[in-house]
Amino acid sequence: MNKVPNNKAWWLVLPVFLLVAFSAIVPMMTVVNYSVQDIFDASTRFFVGADWYKQVLQDSRLHDSLLRQFIFSACVLLIEIPLGIAIALCMPTKGRWVSVCLIVLAIPLLIPWNVVGTIWQIFGRADIGLMGWALNALGFDYNYAANTMDAWVTVLVMDVWHWTSLVALLCYSGLRAIPDVYYQAARIDRATPWAVFRYIQLPKMKSVLLIAVLLRFMDSFMIYTEPFVLTGGGPGNATTFLSQTLTQMAVGQFDLGPAAAFSLVYFLIILLVSWLFYTAMTHADQNR
Amino acid sequence: MAEIRLQDLAHSYSAAPQGHDDYAIRAMTHVWEQGGAYALLGPSGCGKSTLLNIISGLLVPSEGQVQFDGQVVNELTPQARNIAQVFQFPVVYDTMTVYDNLAFPLRNQGMDEPRIMSKVHEIAEVLELHPLLKKKASNLSADEKQKVSMGRGLVRDDVSAILFDEPLTVIDPHLKWKLRRKLKQIHEQFNITMIYVTHDQLEASTFADKIAVMYGGQIVQFGTPRELFERPRHTFVGYFIGSPGMNLIDVTPCDGGVRFANTEVPLSAALNARLAELKPQRLQLGIRPEFVHVWEGQHDEAMHAELVHVEDLGTYKILSLQLDGQPLKVRLQEDQPVPQRSVYISFPSQWLMLYADDYLLEVAP
Repeated sequence: MNKVPNNKAWWLVLPVFLLVAFSAIVPMMTVVNYSVQDIFDASTRFFVGADWYKQVLQDSRLHDSLLRQFIFSACVLLIEIPLGIAIALCMPTKGRWVSVCLIVLAIPLLIPWNVVGTIWQIFGRADIGLMGWALNALGFDYNYAANTMDAWVTVLVMDVWHWTSLVALLCYSGLRAIPDVYYQAARIDRATPWAVFRYIQLPKMKSVLLIAVLLRFMDSFMIYTEPFVLTGGGPGNATTFLSQTLTQMAVGQFDLGPAAAFSLVYFLIILLVSWLFYTAMTHADQNR
Repeated sequence: MAEIRLQDLAHSYSAAPQGHDDYAIRAMTHVWEQGGAYALLGPSGCGKSTLLNIISGLLVPSEGQVQFDGQVVNELTPQARNIAQVFQFPVVYDTMTVYDNLAFPLRNQGMDEPRIMSKVHEIAEVLELHPLLKKKASNLSADEKQKVSMGRGLVRDDVSAILFDEPLTVIDPHLKWKLRRKLKQIHEQFNITMIYVTHDQLEASTFADKIAVMYGGQIVQFGTPRELFERPRHTFVGYFIGSPGMNLIDVTPCDGGVRFANTEVPLSAALNARLAELKPQRLQLGIRPEFVHVWEGQHDEAMHAELVHVEDLGTYKILSLQLDGQPLKVRLQEDQPVPQRSVYISFPSQWLMLYADDYLLEVAP
């Protein structure tokens, strides 16, 4: 049979291309446009090359919040992933308690970010908040608005409260997908509960854990609303994370050039780290 | 190593079973002797796997006892029973190598590494897994995975018994034959009780010394492959074993024998006397296609049947006949001439079985 060379089928890709162009490429090009020019108004603009990039890469305020951001995301992952797995393992597998657990776990996920921030802002207050009042009554000197450590812990606990459910639900779905016969075989082989977890449950949860790690990393790395509502970035700059710094730069100081340059750097960091996670987890136990 | 005894065992998946139909296993007492190679044969859904899971301890029976060497083990876990089971579909630990998979049950048992190594190599040798030992189990083909699954069962030589739940379902036909031979070898070498569940009669008879045929949650016959073939004690055994299965003809009692339509079949005096005692709801005459005698021409003893169809299967032929309105299969050896249209047959009395309500009517010889 002769194959007729016909590349007209490529036109079928056009709708996808247009969609991606409008959703991602065009808006991003605006940012690229700003990041290489100094724009005053529609007719006054200067090409500055990589100047804005140089400036933001040397900005110590950005260095500080980048460091804070990495520490925050690392803490989030280190707490939420193991905790989520543990919760999923403890959940019942059948009966009506399954639905009860699922609903209870889903509740935090349904609350809007700024509401979460408000809840914890009030919850942690020493005068009218249950947690703040109780901690002070127990003799802890707790004040998230004044103490750096308290502010950090509160922001972390808030994020753990808000998002561990997501990890737990993903892990639960992964666990439910393991056929019974694996557990039966493990019992026959006299595997310990730890061996069952290590060699059956964990490997079978790998794909959902990958999704959980990526989602929690990206989300926590872009966190804005909750700490903004809770602490406003304070005390001092203690809980000012990257996106808040960026917002101050773009909207507060109206430094659109450096803000645009920094946005792209920000984007590339997320892309890079996500890629690292993905590669590390998918290649972790390849063929020997 | 143990003798496994099932004492008045029954199992129902429902909490409050009402009648027979609620039971996956109906009350049975049965003994698997130490060192035997057994097959548990039956159609899908007859309770084979349930029975196996009860023996291994994955399921706790709702009634009766499981005894290992006279000791009741009902409440013991599979770990405590020290039993090995191979499942229908391969179960391997994906992240481990083939070697680690095979070593896993031994390590759990706390065996020292040099002994584990020699055991694993021994089993890998038998199952021809040597070239794969260093490979990750997740990268194996389905039949290699199943060999690893089987290896994990066989590697422990101190087990009470090894149970196989249709282990060769996913294996290539030519490899199936080889693996069955291997299992048989291993059985002879280690003298371990093995129970092999299957729905394939060929598989059962090549593997096992004795076969238990299960039907509707009961063991309807337990015997050697030959006994099952020659004297099926239940119509289901007659139908299920043999290819084609036993001819079963509904009959009614008459003077000196039984009859269907216009044909009378005389029975022995003993059988007639036995029949007179019983009032069965259903009476069936059974004869294997292999045992129907075909005469080369007309004969005084012969009954006349119409030839409907001839199936040539190479080494033998299957004739489909009509005998007084009853369909009948007859197996004809290669060297026997194929009759035209009219066939003269008779039923040799030693191969003629009479079934009252599905169970064989037996009389003392």
